[in-house]
Amino acid sequence: MQIYLPIADLPVNIFLVLGMGLAVGFISGMFGIGGGFLMTPLLIYIGISPAVAVASVTSHIAASSLTGAITYWRKRAIDVALAMMLLSSGILGTATGVWLFTLLRELDQLDLVIGLSYVTLLTTVGALMINESVQAELRARKGQPATLRRPGSHTFVHGLPFKLRFKRSKIYVSAIPVWGIGFTIGFIGAILGIGGGFLLVPMLIYFLRVPTATVIGTSMVLTLVTMASATVMHAATNHLVDAVLALILIVGGVIGAQFGARTGQKMRGERLRLLLGLLVFAVGLRFAYELVVQPDELFSIRLVRGE
Amino acid sequence: MMARRALIAAMLLAACAVTPARAERLVVSLSNHRVAVTSSFTGEDLVLFGTIEPDRPQTALRSAYDLVVTVTGPRQTLRTRRKDRVLGIWVNVDSREFVRVPSYLGVLSNRPVAAIANADMVRRMQLGLNNFLLPQRIGPDTADTVRDDPFRVAFVNLETQYGLYRESPTAVTFLTPTVFRVAIPMPANAPTGSYGIDVQLFTGGVPVARTNSALEVIKAGFEQFVADAARDHGLLYGLFASLMALLIGWFGSVVFRRD
Repeated sequence: MQIYLPIADLPVNIFLVLGMGLAVGFISGMFGIGGGFLMTPLLIYIGISPAVAVASVTSHIAASSLTGAITYWRKRAIDVALAMMLLSSGILGTATGVWLFTLLRELDQLDLVIGLSYVTLLTTVGALMINESVQAELRARKGQPATLRRPGSHTFVHGLPFKLRFKRSKIYVSAIPVWGIGFTIGFIGAILGIGGGFLLVPMLIYFLRVPTATVIGTSMVLTLVTMASATVMHAATNHLVDAVLALILIVGGVIGAQFGARTGQKMRGERLRLLLGLLVFAVGLRFAYELVVQPDELFSIRLVRGE
Repeated sequence: MMARRALIAAMLLAACAVTPARAERLVVSLSNHRVAVTSSFTGEDLVLFGTIEPDRPQTALRSAYDLVVTVTGPRQTLRTRRKDRVLGIWVNVDSREFVRVPSYLGVLSNRPVAAIANADMVRRMQLGLNNFLLPQRIGPDTADTVRDDPFRVAFVNLETQYGLYRESPTAVTFLTPTVFRVAIPMPANAPTGSYGIDVQLFTGGVPVARTNSALEVIKAGFEQFVADAARDHGLLYGLFASLMALLIGWFGSVVFRRD
């Protein structure tokens, strides 16, 4: 069944888009991530312009983050104070991202920046995840305990001023890296149409030593608010949010996430991280391939203005 | 006032004097003047019927008519970009702006336009995709380039791939020597707005009659509403889209609550 998308300006098969929502939702539920880094490339692949894809996916991620955040809220696994600190700069990062997005589109380099950023981010993060989970797997084989946190080991982050205490997470850190992380995630999310959960969780763990109990829930709150505000900002400045597309994706995503979460709970943490790492890495390679190999069509057209 | 009337009368007389004894008139009718893009819109074929009639009764008609129908969609300014390899990756390096060109361009005829009239006539009357005026911004000026300019060729090729530009030498069918039928294809991605239909009649390589018609492509119902809202009330639309996402997200967590 074909449905016409009013902003993307093309007809798509409703079941195809719903299926994509379900599949990405399944993966996002399984790994506890937003899934934007999969959804945005998929939408571009079926012919939706990168700009509309990025802008519309933000609302999809907002929805799946809210579902996740509510679950974690019930488990009291959200550090509200930390989330608020991250948010204060996250919104600023989002606004800067939307501004740069508009500028890059004007300069005809948006697609390139999206492509390059995906390659860099995904291959790096993917490789780190694979490495980390393989090491953990090997340690487990040898019978050593798998430790993610090394208590007592301090990095440069702990020497910074403006220290704040976050009770729920039981950490005492400087406000500077917290603001920095919030800004970075908001910024990247707005430009690339990703929630940034797969970046934020490791950042919070490695830089701020946020315990695993609160890290995912807190990251989901940040993703939720930055993505919801990115939707509003993209709609207000670039008029690129396709609500019909978003609606289909969200419905598919929310349902898919529930089944994904059940599957995810049956798997071991290291195995799960390895799988996610491989997936992230593969998507990164796919983007690299597209940048390096000569495209079939060297020319492309962009609408400057209608009548 | 008198002088102007006299002038008009003189012009009319002159016009009558140069009109050949045999003259044709085109009468056309479009199957549908309004194409509504709804949620299930996947393209539509419009049909234009027409007859060739003598300008005045009892005048003879010639035979072997040729018909060229040019359909132009609402004007848009589009930028065509070219990629090239820079440091091993493919980057947009060059671009040209096509200023106020038709978003849809259909050249429909009963045989190839090159066979209908000579090259000079075809170019002068802008018949066919190769000859239609597509002005590019070149410095402070706008001008059409030579027809084999790489940007122009690429632009026409891309638009043809999208189904927005097309040249069909079989879209016009003569049912009798004087009654014709034109199939106007409207692809699913046809931009909304008003379309002009220019019908030109040729015989022996000479234009003999011309008429116009128009059609409108509108987004209907829900699509119209969404597109208008996104364009005119961006902030409100964004707030709504965001709220919708949050509501469904919340609803999902309630429905699938497991604890």
